[in-house]
Amino acid sequence: MKRFLTTFLVICILSFLFLFFTSCDSGGNVTTLYVYNWGEYISDGSEGSLDVNAAFEVWYEQAYGQKIKVNYSTFSSNEDMYAKLVSGATSYDIVIPSDYMVERLLKEDMLRPLNTANIPNLQNIDMTAVIGEGKPYYDIDKDHSDKTYSVPYTYGTVGIIYNKTMLRAEDLAKIEAGEGSWDIMWDEHYKGNILQFNNSRDAFATAMFKEGYLVNTTSEAEWRAALDALMKQKPIVQGYVMDEIYNKMSSGSAALAPYYAGDFFTMYEDNEDLGFFYPTEGTNVFVDAMCIPNTSKNPELAELYINFMLSEEAATANAEYICYATPNKLVRESEDYIGAMEELHPDAMSILYDTDGIQLQFYENLDEEQLVLLNNLWEELKIESSIGSAIMIIACVIAGAAIGLGIFFFVRRRRRKRYTDTLWEN
Amino acid sequence: MKKKLSLLERAAAVPHIVWAVMFIVAPLLFVIYFAFTDSKTGRFSFGNIAALSSYGEIFLVSICFALVATFCCLLIGYPLAFVMSRCKPSTQKLLTVLLMLPMWISLLIRTYSLMTLMENGGLINSLLTAMGLDPIQMVGTGGAVILGMIYDFLPYMVLPIFTSMQKMDPRYLEAAADLGCNSFQTMFRVVLPLTTPGIISGVTMVFVPSISTFYISQKLGGGNFDLIGDTIERQFRYPSTYHVGAAISLVMMILILISIAVMNRFTDEEERGMMV
Amino acid sequence: MKTLSRIYMWLVFALLYAPILVLVVYSFNKGGSFAEYTGVSFYWYSELFHDSAALLSLKNSLMLAVSAAALSTLIGTFAALGLDRMRNRYLKGAINSATNIPMMNPDIVTGVSMMLLFVAVGGWLKLTDTLGFGTMLIAHTTFCLPYVILSVLPRFRQFDKSLREAAMDLGCTPAQSFFKVELPQILPGVVSGLIMAFTLSLDDFVISHFVSSPDFQTLPLYIYNQTAHEVKFSMYALCTLIIIAILALLLLVNFAGGIGDRTKKRKEAVK
Repeated sequence: MKRFLTTFLVICILSFLFLFFTSCDSGGNVTTLYVYNWGEYISDGSEGSLDVNAAFEVWYEQAYGQKIKVNYSTFSSNEDMYAKLVSGATSYDIVIPSDYMVERLLKEDMLRPLNTANIPNLQNIDMTAVIGEGKPYYDIDKDHSDKTYSVPYTYGTVGIIYNKTMLRAEDLAKIEAGEGSWDIMWDEHYKGNILQFNNSRDAFATAMFKEGYLVNTTSEAEWRAALDALMKQKPIVQGYVMDEIYNKMSSGSAALAPYYAGDFFTMYEDNEDLGFFYPTEGTNVFVDAMCIPNTSKNPELAELYINFMLSEEAATANAEYICYATPNKLVRESEDYIGAMEELHPDAMSILYDTDGIQLQFYENLDEEQLVLLNNLWEELKIESSIGSAIMIIACVIAGAAIGLGIFFFVRRRRRKRYTDTLWEN
Repeated sequence: MKKKLSLLERAAAVPHIVWAVMFIVAPLLFVIYFAFTDSKTGRFSFGNIAALSSYGEIFLVSICFALVATFCCLLIGYPLAFVMSRCKPSTQKLLTVLLMLPMWISLLIRTYSLMTLMENGGLINSLLTAMGLDPIQMVGTGGAVILGMIYDFLPYMVLPIFTSMQKMDPRYLEAAADLGCNSFQTMFRVVLPLTTPGIISGVTMVFVPSISTFYISQKLGGGNFDLIGDTIERQFRYPSTYHVGAAISLVMMILILISIAVMNRFTDEEERGMMV
Repeated sequence: MKTLSRIYMWLVFALLYAPILVLVVYSFNKGGSFAEYTGVSFYWYSELFHDSAALLSLKNSLMLAVSAAALSTLIGTFAALGLDRMRNRYLKGAINSATNIPMMNPDIVTGVSMMLLFVAVGGWLKLTDTLGFGTMLIAHTTFCLPYVILSVLPRFRQFDKSLREAAMDLGCTPAQSFFKVELPQILPGVVSGLIMAFTLSLDDFVISHFVSSPDFQTLPLYIYNQTAHEVKFSMYALCTLIIIAILALLLLVNFAGGIGDRTKKRKEAVK
């Protein structure tokens, strides 16, 4: 048996080593493009969609006769992305942060100006509906030059997703009348059925909107008031989540959750009881934009990638897969796209694009002082724990019992030892 | 008379010593260094340690959760190990495999599968509603976190107790019965003291991972209950908070090493006590 | 009383396996939801085999586990030899306690300390891309080492010293006597150390979480990322396959003579 085992192991090791070396060969001298994007934020070929990254690899090989590889990885918040970028652990060629983070990266000289000559498809982009004419506020560098640093990938809004079967009739009526408010997220009736953002900026914004403050306020008192609101909400929140929300809402595990409009459609596909509304107090609008960090090793290739993402084929695949509003006018005017979205949800186009009647606010990059404050307040919220006193008491009893038992055994052993010692002496 | 050692024998441990210094001792020194330096200036400071005072509650909560989970594991695991050790040897072998299988399956998979069962819209609550009962909210409560710990770490409690029971001579039990012990007395005066080393190592192996977990509290606690593990994990996401994170890790490490040392002292003495 | 205790035992085992079984059963559900069972199919399995990220992470995991197991067995075996022959009690004690640190420490502290080392040294040498396969290999080798040493060292202790002396008397050089006489005797310990290192490295999540980069994802990291996003049922298929593989490995190991008991090793270390 022993011999059998040894032979088996040797075979295993040899085959793994073979695997190891063959894999090293294929990864040899191929240029790799490192793309860092939000989770679930690209058409990845699942369920019959177009695999955009693979399509880019194929396109490049056909156009230039060289093999390249797209290394695609994901983050779940702007702050995570920023931390990874700053740590310098990996150098990325493309990152896709949101507006305020683009502003921050630009302010800290971490972005590289784009060579727009390499991105002819830039003409497909039309952002006047959200940003108005001219340069977007986040894309302005220190010198106020006319260089372009970012290209919009998608844009979107935050709203509240709710499960119709779990809401009270009067709340439903209110929402249907267009009077839904952020207050419902603080309603004790839905204790344990409310989800909240697990990132500081979005979570604080919900409280800001509820309290009627500006999301970019510089008043410490207002930030503190928002924290108080969130603290008050904490006992009735089921969880602080990001993309776990898909499964929780689809399976009917929560009644209310604020999230991004586009993601609502993905959830709606799995559970038709879900609804979506924009609270009357206003909400956040964001643009996620592709940028090239100045640590990029292949900026030209990255520009080709951006250009490819703006092509009608790739942009349509992405827009239909991630369901966020697209800034690409070729896509928005395409009958196919409109048809596909309306098949998904009858109001899809109006939820995504008719946002005129809603008060929208962009996040702006906060200055250092505010950022530190926000981080501290968020930390305060996270470490606030309200475990029941029952658990506390049980734990104390257990600890007491353990210490008591320990001492008891210790003393008994001492006594016995003294007893045996006296026996020895006699 | 001492034999001269060959070069091979003398040099054999050198690679390991170098490795241990570079990758076991040095990292710990870095933890200490980070814990005692300021994040902005890089100078020596007690600021991070002082900042820990606001994390006192986190430590308290984690210790409570870990204590309750460990105690429940012991409560469930000890009788289980006893029953297992009373089985036929062939059954025992099967049971050992059954017990070890969950230990080898990734903790992530086990925790996640438990979460899918316990969700508000999960299988347990669907069953409850089908039976006409009210669904219970489990995910996002402290109880769920403790349940997750018990479920994940129970095998680590049972296995060492089970091995120490297997080693126990069954004639002790007969002798105790002959000397007039009833079954409760046998249990408390003979079996329990003989299996103390097993209990101690079981307790260590459940307590240490429970107090430092972050996946269980993230999934089953819904981010509502931050334990030490979660806090450390969050601090190490952003370079600016590495220093505070290092301070928390340092304190936790010292706490755990002290408690292990104390517990070992008890076992050693118990064992020596038994020999007399 | 006896039936009652049997019922208790099987009940605990049933509860221990219930969630895993539910996962396995639902991985065959074509509908891809826990709400209803729409029929047995291998749809999610075929979906899994088209998921290049999952397959890549599997390959990475195996590559890492083999390399880490090989490296830690190599270093660990020689370390055990050196420790066995070492006469300086204090040095021996110091090495032993240093080696056992990764075993006693919570995984998260080991991971964090490794990460600080790599980040600090990387920043100091002005390296980019510090984290990756190399750092993962170092971390995994480090936490596997104590387990390897603990399974090899007792074999050296049990080894009959007179055999070595006989070999030397018959004209072996010390090196020859080690490789020809001693090594075959301690081989079972080495093999069980190797298997344990392999499985530990394959299974590790917490330490990898801190020292990995998005470039180099292992299977547990892939699962972690999956559970942080929208979970597709192909992940349940993946879990089912892992469970079956572990069951096979465990049966093999158990029938080949009960090697690979990590608890026992840990217990010995704790003492």
